[in-house]
Amino acid sequence: MLSDYAPILVFLGFVLLFAIGVPSLSAALGPRKPSPAKDLPYESGIVPRESARRRFSVSFYVTAMLFIIFDVESIFLFPWATIVRQLKVFGIVEIGIFIATLLVGLLYVWRKGALRWD
Amino acid sequence: MIGGDEWWVLLIKIVVVVLGLVTIAAYLTLAERKVSARIQLRIGPNRVGPYGMLQPAADAVKMLFKENTAPSNRDRLLFLVGPSLAAGAALLSFAFIPLGINNWFNYQFHWDVGHANVGLLFILGVSSYGVYALFLGGWAANSKYSLLGGLRASAQLISYEMAVAFALIGAVIIAGSLDLEQIVHAQQGAWFIVLQPLAFLLYFTGAFAETNRAPFDLPEAETELVAGYHTEYSSLRFGLYFLGEYVNMVVVSSIATTLFLGGWLPIFPFHPFDWIPGPLWFLGKVAVLIFVMMWVRWTFPRLRYDRLMSFGWKVLLPLGLVNILITGTVVALRA
Repeated sequence: MLSDYAPILVFLGFVLLFAIGVPSLSAALGPRKPSPAKDLPYESGIVPRESARRRFSVSFYVTAMLFIIFDVESIFLFPWATIVRQLKVFGIVEIGIFIATLLVGLLYVWRKGALRWD
Repeated sequence: MIGGDEWWVLLIKIVVVVLGLVTIAAYLTLAERKVSARIQLRIGPNRVGPYGMLQPAADAVKMLFKENTAPSNRDRLLFLVGPSLAAGAALLSFAFIPLGINNWFNYQFHWDVGHANVGLLFILGVSSYGVYALFLGGWAANSKYSLLGGLRASAQLISYEMAVAFALIGAVIIAGSLDLEQIVHAQQGAWFIVLQPLAFLLYFTGAFAETNRAPFDLPEAETELVAGYHTEYSSLRFGLYFLGEYVNMVVVSSIATTLFLGGWLPIFPFHPFDWIPGPLWFLGKVAVLIFVMMWVRWTFPRLRYDRLMSFGWKVLLPLGLVNILITGTVVALRA
C-alpha cells in the first residue's frame, strides 16, 4: 500500500534537515581565511597546470553500459524469486533460459575483452 | 496515524534512529581505531576520557569549527550536494530494516521506521544513491585525485551492486517475500546462512566493495590517490562522507543479519536465549559483522583495481547467477 511509505517521507524530511543543516552549521561556525593557495586543488604540492575534467579510460564507459544491462536483469529476477513456489517447473524453465542467455552474454563480453583493464 | 504508528511514536522512532545511527557511526570510528591499534600492538586513542571514550565527540567538535576550504574552480552546487547525499542516502536506507517485533498489551510494536512489502528493493534502490554522492563529489572538486577516486568508486559500486543483488535473491527465493519482517519469520527453522552459505559469502564479500573498505578500498587508496573522492573536502563536509561510510557499514551488516543471520531471532529458540530481547540480538549480530569487517581491513592488503573489477565480474556475478538457478530449482521441485 502507498500509505506504507508515509513514514519514509517524514523520515526523509528529518534526514534532509540533518544532511543540509550539519554542513551549514559548520560553514557558519568555522573560520574563513581565504588565500590563493587554498583555492587550488591539491596535487601533492605541484601547482596544477590544467583542468581535471579530461577524457578518461574507456573501460569506465564499458562498465557503465554492462551495468545497465545486468542491473535491469536483476529487476526481472526479484519478482520471480518471490513466487518460485507457485510457478514450479514452468518458472524454472523460463528463468533457466533467461539466466542462460545472461551467462552467454557475460561469456561474450568476457571473450571480447570488455572486462579487461589495462 | 502515519503508516502503522501514532504520529508521536513515529517521531520518537525517527529521532532515535537518526541520532542513534550518527552516534553509532561516531563510535565505530573509535572502535576502528581501537581494533586497528590492537592488531598492530598499539594502544590507540586513550587521552580523551576514560579509554578514549570521548574521542568521537572531540573529533566532531573539532570538525565543526574547522574552515571549509574548497578549490575555487569547483562546481559549486554539486560540491555541496555530494557530502549531504552520501550521509543522507546512508541514513535513509536504514528506514525499513526491522530490529524486532514486540507485543505489549495487544499493541504490536515494530522496531523500524516503516515497513513495506518491498522493503528489500527500497533499501537496494536508496543505497544506490550513494554512487551519485561519491561520483558527483569527486567530479565537482575539479581535482585529479578526486576525479579518479570518484570514477573508480562509481565503477566499483555499480559492478558490485549487481553481485550483491544476485546474492540476496538466493535468500528471497527461500523466504518467498521481499518483506524484511517475513524474511526473518521464514528463518525460524534455520537461518539462511545454513541454507545459503554461498549467497552469504557472496553478499558479505560484495558488501566490502559496496562500503569501499579494504581490501576493496580502491576509491580512496591513499598511496596513489591521497584521499580519493573526498581529497578536496574539509570540515564537516568531509565528516559527512565519513559518516556515510560508517552508516553504510551498519546498513550492509543489518541487511546481512536480516537476510542470513535470522534478524532478531535468538540463536536457539528456547530459554535462556529467548529472554534476551530481539533488538539486542539484532544489534549483537550487527556488531559481530562490523567487527569482522574491521578485522579484515587491518589484516588483508589492498587489491589492484583490475583484479578487483575482474573478481566482481568474473567470479561473484556468475557464481551468484548459478546460485539463483540451483536454489530456484530445489525450491520449485520441493514445493
